[in-house]
Amino acid sequence: MKQVTILSGKGGTGKTTITGSFAALAEEPVLADCDVDASNLHLILNPKIKETVEFRGLNLAEIDPEKCTRCELCMKLCRFNAIHEYTVNPIHCEGCKVCVVNCPVEAISFNERVCGHAYLSETEYGPMSHARLTPGMENSGKLVTLVRQNAAKLAEETGSELVLVDGPPGIGCPVIASLSNVDAAVAVVEPTLSGIHDLKRALQLLEHFEITPGVIINKYDLNLENTASIRGFCEECEIPLLGMIPFDENVTKAMVQAKPVVVFSPDSPASLAIREVWNEFSSFLGL
Amino acid sequence: MKIVVASGKGGTGKTSVAVNLALNAGARQIIDCDVEEPNIHIFLEPENPRRKPVELLVPEIDEEKCTYCRRCAEFCQYNALFVAGEAAMVFPELCHSCGGCKLVCPEGAITEKPRQIGTIIIGEYHGMGLVYGELNVGEALAVPVISAVKEHAEDDGLVILDAAPGSACPLVETVHGADFCLMVTEPTPFGLHDLQIATEVVKQLGVPLGVVVNFAGVGDRGVYRFCEREGMQIIMEIPYDRHIAELYSRGVPFTVEMTEWRSRFRELLETVEEMIR
Repeated sequence: MKQVTILSGKGGTGKTTITGSFAALAEEPVLADCDVDASNLHLILNPKIKETVEFRGLNLAEIDPEKCTRCELCMKLCRFNAIHEYTVNPIHCEGCKVCVVNCPVEAISFNERVCGHAYLSETEYGPMSHARLTPGMENSGKLVTLVRQNAAKLAEETGSELVLVDGPPGIGCPVIASLSNVDAAVAVVEPTLSGIHDLKRALQLLEHFEITPGVIINKYDLNLENTASIRGFCEECEIPLLGMIPFDENVTKAMVQAKPVVVFSPDSPASLAIREVWNEFSSFLGL
Repeated sequence: MKIVVASGKGGTGKTSVAVNLALNAGARQIIDCDVEEPNIHIFLEPENPRRKPVELLVPEIDEEKCTYCRRCAEFCQYNALFVAGEAAMVFPELCHSCGGCKLVCPEGAITEKPRQIGTIIIGEYHGMGLVYGELNVGEALAVPVISAVKEHAEDDGLVILDAAPGSACPLVETVHGADFCLMVTEPTPFGLHDLQIATEVVKQLGVPLGVVVNFAGVGDRGVYRFCEREGMQIIMEIPYDRHIAELYSRGVPFTVEMTEWRSRFRELLETVEEMIR
């Protein structure tokens, strides 16, 4: 079984569009949406949820106003500035337990909290693991890890050869969690200066964790000069360029129809290019 | 006045709106709170940049004093300490710097030392303050770097803060304490879905908000229906325009060349000021 993460550094470069189309082109893949705080893959793959699991993140401290003597020690000790007016603000509490164990009158309890839900689902193209973090919560990395574990379990059950992971933007905690134990990661970039800047940081992250990289240029015709510079950069760093996809209005039209673009308009310029990229991607992975 | 530009979905044009607003509305300062992938400095090259490390305090165990009682390891909620037999180890990249291990150690064997997880860069652009942060590659915790960047926000004058995409802790950290939040979205199902989630966070924080629809003309009407239903005002629409996209790709704020847009951004600020009142 191979696991591959599609990432980008910069948001909105086309990760989900490409993952959704790869889902339709692959033979019995397992899909995992690791963008747990702004997930979108379900909007084009329309999963039917089979199983929902509550996700518990770090515990939450709560002060019992009956027992509290207003000594303010907890407020002095909390490094997350989460306690005001003798009340814990759940949005800032990182569940460290410092206030709980130091309260001289044991007025602070430490309670489990549900920080989101993980789903095991079925789509037209294969089983899917996804989740929804409660908006504003911490610990998206831990929920991403749960999504990854669920995806691996689904792959084992179905005997699938490929887990396609749609990654979150950025390079921080949820991205790191979406990269653990993958066989390769493919970065999707648009030919803009910000896209190139963010691509380089994403590729540095892959290098840091010793993950085999690949690159796909999306909307390559937006700026041919920048596209040429990405190509040059990939060549110089010996990173395989798996293909280039042109700007195509059908991509947005397909999204509105809640379909992968290769299904919605199989002969559109973007779809033809994505098919070619898919072939390169398959041989890159040795599928 | 602090205005955050946020979005939920990435790539909807936050940075573009933040930069063009700052340039045309007489901002005192622009602050990039997307420390994982900062982009403002690509559009506004900082003059006279000074770099400052962002450090977190992490524990160091004095094995001369340590009796391997394991209290610190049992206490740590982030699994950043490991004690077995006659060995005590710290995993600094997991540490949230709560200081709890030092407090529970009965032997006084734990001290804290600073560890760099990122850098903040402070500069100017044509008289406007410009601050951004960079999380070190391989580091997980963006929030302490965001909070270090925000410490440089001025109390007076117009301060524009550019948020990271998503709806988790980085958004909370950026929006906390702001006077207004501009939600930039695109009129597509992806844009709508992520706008709904990010809006929930901003409302929970009690920060008033308005919507900017970017790439207007593509997609569908879902975002418009949602805003109407929720009573959220669409303050500005920026059409999908190949010229804007091309300027963006070269790192040029589009109001520099498309001068007819400058007054639109001044009006945007006036609308926000009225909404806060």
